[in-house]
Amino acid sequence: MRILPAQTITETVARLCITANTRLPQDVKDTIAAARRAEPWPVAQDILDKIMENYSIDGDIPICQDTGMACVFLEVGQQVCIDGDLTRAVDEGVRRGYAEGYLRKSVVADPLDRVNTGDNTPAMLYTTLVPGDRVKITVAPKGFGSENMSRIAMLKPSDGLEGVKAFILDTVEQAGPNPCPPIVVGVGIGGTFDKCALLAKQALLREMGSHHPKPFYAALEEELLEKINALGIGPQGFGGRTTALAVHIETLPTHIAGLPCAVNINCHVARHVSEVL
Amino acid sequence: MANYITAPLTPEVARTLRAGESVYLSGTVYTARDAAHKRLCALVAEGKPLPFPVEGSVIYYVGPSPARPGQPIGAAGPTTSYRMDAYAPTLLRLGELGMIGKGKRSDEVIQAMRETGAVYFGAIGGAGALLARCVKSARLVCYEDLGAEAIRVLEVENLPLTVVIDSQGNNLYETGRADYLRQYGEA
Repeated sequence: MRILPAQTITETVARLCITANTRLPQDVKDTIAAARRAEPWPVAQDILDKIMENYSIDGDIPICQDTGMACVFLEVGQQVCIDGDLTRAVDEGVRRGYAEGYLRKSVVADPLDRVNTGDNTPAMLYTTLVPGDRVKITVAPKGFGSENMSRIAMLKPSDGLEGVKAFILDTVEQAGPNPCPPIVVGVGIGGTFDKCALLAKQALLREMGSHHPKPFYAALEEELLEKINALGIGPQGFGGRTTALAVHIETLPTHIAGLPCAVNINCHVARHVSEVL
Repeated sequence: MANYITAPLTPEVARTLRAGESVYLSGTVYTARDAAHKRLCALVAEGKPLPFPVEGSVIYYVGPSPARPGQPIGAAGPTTSYRMDAYAPTLLRLGELGMIGKGKRSDEVIQAMRETGAVYFGAIGGAGALLARCVKSARLVCYEDLGAEAIRVLEVENLPLTVVIDSQGNNLYETGRADYLRQYGEA
C-alpha cells in the first residue's frame, strides 16, 4: 500500500488549475492552425488568426476570462491510501489555484439564491478506482457559454443511427454562434441518463482528432465533423467552414428500451491537463 | 477598411454602422452581466437613477478575470448575450446605443434596437487575453459584492469589434452564413 498525503493532491490540483487556464494544449493549437489553413472564407480566416494570436500571448493571463467550473477527474489506484480528506484536498487545490492564478471565481453556492462562493469551489469531482498504485489527476475548467448549449435526449431505439445524427446536428445548429465556435463536440451514446452525460464530457478530454476504437464510430466522428462544417456557421458564427474542430464519440452498453444521446459542447479554448502522481 | 469609433456613441454614428463592418472602439464602456442587469432594471422599475450615464452608452457584457498587480484588468472577452435579452430593451429605451457581447439576440431586443437606433457588436469569444490589451484602465462603479459581475467603467483603445446587428435589424449571423454557403455550400 502506497501512502499519498492529501496535501500532494492539493498542490497538484492548484498547479493544474493555473496551467489549464493559461496554456492551451498543443494538440488543440495544432488543430486550430490546421483549420486556419483549410479555411477559405476571409472573415473566418481573420477570426482564426486572432484566436491564434490570443492563445500565443505570453505570460500568466488566462486564455479566456471564463476560467470555468473546475471539473476534476481522479483515477485512484486501488493500492494507494490517501492520507487526509480527498474531497477537501481537491477543493483546497481549486481554492488556491484560482486565487494564486488570478482566475475568475464563477461559482454560486445555490443555483437559485446565486451568491458567489468567492473561491470557485466546489470542484465538480469524479473519482474512479483503477488497478495500481498511481493517481492520475485531470483538471478541465469548463466555461458555461458552451456548457449552456449542451443537451441530452433519451431517444427511442427505433430512432437509431439517423436519430442520433439528427440530434447531434440539431444541437450544433441551435447553438449557432453562442458557444464561441469553432467548437469541440463531445458525444455520449448509451448508458443511463447520468452516465451518458458523463461520457459526453469525458469525450472532450480526448486528444483532439483521436478516434473511437471501433471503426464504425470512428467513421461516424468523421462524417459528423464534415456535416457540421458544411453548416456554414463558421468561427464566431460570422460564416465560414470552421464550425467544429473535432467530434469525439464515447459509447456504453445501454438498456433494451433506451438510446440516450448527450452532446457536450466545448469552445475552441478546449482546456484540460493531466498529471500522474 | 476598418472604422474607428468612440464611445459614448452619438445617434448619428450608431445609425451609420452596418452589420458585417469591422470597427475599432475607443473611449468609455461599462461592464455589466446578468446580475448587474437585473439590479439596473430593478432601479428603473423603482424610478431610481442609474449608477452611470446611459445616454449614448456602450455596455460590454463581460466578467473579467482578476487583474494582476500593475495590470488594469485580467482576461476580458465577451459573455453570451442572450442572457441579457430580458433586460436590454429597458436600457435601450433609456438611451443605451451599443451592446458588446457574442451570440444571438431575441426578436424583442432587435425590435428595440430598430426603434432606438442602437447597435450590437460582437467581440471574439474566447480571446480574453487579446481583448484585455485594449483595456487601458478599469474602475469599479458599483455592486462590488458581485465580484466579476460588478459594474466597472473601462477606458478602451481600439477594441476590435464586428457589427453583428445594426440599427436597421440587419444580422451578420444570418447574412454572413448565407454569403459563405452561397459561395462554398454544396449545390
